[in-house]
Amino acid sequence: MGCGMGKAAASLGKKREREHISVPGEYMFNAMRAALLIQRWYRQYAARLEMRRRCTWNIFQSIEYAGEQDQIKLYNFFGYLMEHFTPASSERSLISHIFRENDVVHDTEWERYFCYKSIEVSHGYHGPHLTFPMTFCEASKLVEAFKHKQLLHSRYVLQLLGEAWKLLRILPNINHVSTCHSKEITICGDLHGQLEDLLLVFYKNGLPSSEKPYVFNGDFVDRGKSSMEILLILFAFLLVYPNGVHLNRGNHEDHIVNLRYGFTKEVLGKYRVHGKKILKLLQKMFSWLPLATVIDGKVLVVHGGISDTTDLNVIARMERHKYVSALRPPKSSRRSAGGNRRAPRCTEGGEERNHHGTGARARAPGPGSRHAAHRRSLHSGSAVEEELRQRRQQAGLSQSLQELRRLVSSSSSSDEDDDDADDGNSDPQPRTPERDEWKQMVDLLWSDPMAQDGCQPNQVRGGGCYWGPDVTEEVLGRHHLQLLIRSHECKQDGYEFCHNRRVLTLFSASNYYEVGSNRGAYVRMGPDLVPHFIQYQSSQTCRTLTLRQSIGRTERSALGALREQLFAHKSDLLGAFQHYDPDNTGVISLKHWASAMEGVLKLGLPWRVLRSQLGTSTQDGMLDYREWIQDLVFSEPKHELSNASILETMYRNHSNLETIFRIIDTDHSGSLSFEEFRQTWKLLSAHLKTEVDDDAIADLALSIDFNKDGSIDINEFMEAFRLVALAVPS
Amino acid sequence: MADDRERAEILVTGVHKRINDAFQVFDHDLNKTVDVREIGAIVRSLGCFPTEAELLDIIDEVEEPNGFICFERFLPTMSKILMENKFRPIPEDTLLTAFEVLDQQKKGHLEPNELTEYMRQGDEPFTQLEMEEMLSSAVEPDSNLIYYKDFVNMMVLDGER
Repeated sequence: MGCGMGKAAASLGKKREREHISVPGEYMFNAMRAALLIQRWYRQYAARLEMRRRCTWNIFQSIEYAGEQDQIKLYNFFGYLMEHFTPASSERSLISHIFRENDVVHDTEWERYFCYKSIEVSHGYHGPHLTFPMTFCEASKLVEAFKHKQLLHSRYVLQLLGEAWKLLRILPNINHVSTCHSKEITICGDLHGQLEDLLLVFYKNGLPSSEKPYVFNGDFVDRGKSSMEILLILFAFLLVYPNGVHLNRGNHEDHIVNLRYGFTKEVLGKYRVHGKKILKLLQKMFSWLPLATVIDGKVLVVHGGISDTTDLNVIARMERHKYVSALRPPKSSRRSAGGNRRAPRCTEGGEERNHHGTGARARAPGPGSRHAAHRRSLHSGSAVEEELRQRRQQAGLSQSLQELRRLVSSSSSSDEDDDDADDGNSDPQPRTPERDEWKQMVDLLWSDPMAQDGCQPNQVRGGGCYWGPDVTEEVLGRHHLQLLIRSHECKQDGYEFCHNRRVLTLFSASNYYEVGSNRGAYVRMGPDLVPHFIQYQSSQTCRTLTLRQSIGRTERSALGALREQLFAHKSDLLGAFQHYDPDNTGVISLKHWASAMEGVLKLGLPWRVLRSQLGTSTQDGMLDYREWIQDLVFSEPKHELSNASILETMYRNHSNLETIFRIIDTDHSGSLSFEEFRQTWKLLSAHLKTEVDDDAIADLALSIDFNKDGSIDINEFMEAFRLVALAVPS
Repeated sequence: MADDRERAEILVTGVHKRINDAFQVFDHDLNKTVDVREIGAIVRSLGCFPTEAELLDIIDEVEEPNGFICFERFLPTMSKILMENKFRPIPEDTLLTAFEVLDQQKKGHLEPNELTEYMRQGDEPFTQLEMEEMLSSAVEPDSNLIYYKDFVNMMVLDGER
């Protein structure tokens, strides 16, 4: 069809050139046909661009979610170790402190620990000076200072946070807001440390006030570089207008997640002396953030979403601050009447779990105390130990959230009171009220909507659910709500409706994956509860990029990220390719290539569609895989490291590795001793179920010690990975 | 005969694979369904150049009552389209000639409002958004003109990826 029309137009054009006859009527007719042709062509071109954009998006998203899942697995692994493993005492102490519960001490004692008064502000400090009580002027001054890239002094940080913490502790779990007083309310989604976006929202929409109330729907921190500044601004305005600023907790308001995704690193980098204290205070404040906001009793705003069991009454009643990290099952609050369960196990002699602790970490003694210490020690008694030994063997070392729950509940059932025992040890997941409560919380913060009906565990992220349109109808109906506004997922246009416009996803971090990748959006809503959207994109450069250029740029970035994954799995990929090439011809079909890629990387990507971007050229439909890997992936590491396969495993797991480092680095000094490094490596290899040679680790440690001072600087070590990534050709 | 059959089978499998891969890109929940609004992108990314009306015909054939399209129904329809080479591509020189037809005075370029007028007319006019996007790629920023020869070259090059 296309060819036919084209020929007619072409011949007509040529004819006119030769004869110089103007034939207006006929021309118009042919101009119409030419226009139709161009339209058809352009739409095809736009569709191909859209395909590329979508693939790029999928790459980023799948790598992001795989990372989250990884994190949860790692965390569960530690949990499992703490519950069941009997490592040598030094290893135990290395990781035990992340599971320590400290709220035994009353909040007043904590306030003393976090006190800012002893911190002096030197004359050399050129940042903003804050006075309290916080006023609108002071808060705007803070915004201006951050706009000019100033850093707030740790004294003021602790003072501001301390005041905000007092306020958070009296807020309910669910904020109830009404539009009648102020006419319009503004709702923002994920910000992820991207200060430019928050500033842009304030610029377009105005600063928060009683007349201009805001709801911030979680994920203020991690990934971006200015998480601290965003928090400080939000808390400052919260102090000035407690009824005008409403904060919901997100899944990233969680100290465990922060270890991996950059917030911990940011704070320690900006506040070298007091960073640890600031982090501890924030850890508590995160647990005190409200969980949801309801507007006019009709619109529910929550960070992740819902599940089929979501019950706002349960949410409203729970003690939300028990969940310092949403990833962690609730500690048991029941004490047995007899015996001091805090006593260490007999085999470990006098080991005290809090031997790292300062005074603030001491525990209040005694049974019957509501906030008594969480017991992580194994039980004495050989029968129980034997049972646990068996379970250890059966269960293996990496756990899904479900399995961990099961193990935790059945192991602790023998020394807890009636609730669990009633359900019997045969029930793999005894449904205690505590467990229900925990699930409600995780669902609120981690769930994602899906298109089909039903409700299933969110395997991709590792926490929360996927919920369908029927669940939306049921839950909204049950609570007499009309709309659910949530965030948690990046959307290209900053927002997206689903479930018959009953669920709105709102994302306020523009250019999240890469410059030009997506717009951010916020919502304004009046008493009619009809959402009005404002979209934006914060970078200067990307506004001048055409759609094509911005897709190209994002694509290159995604492919870079993907190449990192390929590099990390090089040996496995080669192995998988060779499996399809038993005669060692050096070539395999594209079909096998795609299968091998998915088998090793497990990212769920459409490999055949991506193949042209990955430089996969074939001859007679067959690919020279060795050459392909060579071209695509940089094979020489930047630093000479003794053992190539250790390097690869490390690189593949560098996020996990960094997380473990930071956990082990108890004093947040940024460096590990060789022994600690060895322990880290052993833990990681246990988690990954790989064997690592002790000598190889020792050699590796020596070669990484760039300063030759007997310790390994975490940042230097991670920097080595960044350099490797940069060296990968694009 | 057997060879021919085998070749045909391989051909068909290849076609099925291509369709599956393109479908998968838009299948968010990995449940073998896509939103009906994505069909245009899928069909076109497989190398076809249908008009909007022709797309609507395809949708009529495969759409489920709930506004989704499931793979089972889409596959045979799309396979037929590919095997029959319906909606054949428009060759590059034809595209260039079409632009030349619109360029009455043979200037070698078009003004943005000229192109807009043509594109926003006819049976299947461009939407505001489509027009903006086309102009953003087509208009040379300094002169504010559309050098269509360069534009065609660029689009074709991108297409080869």
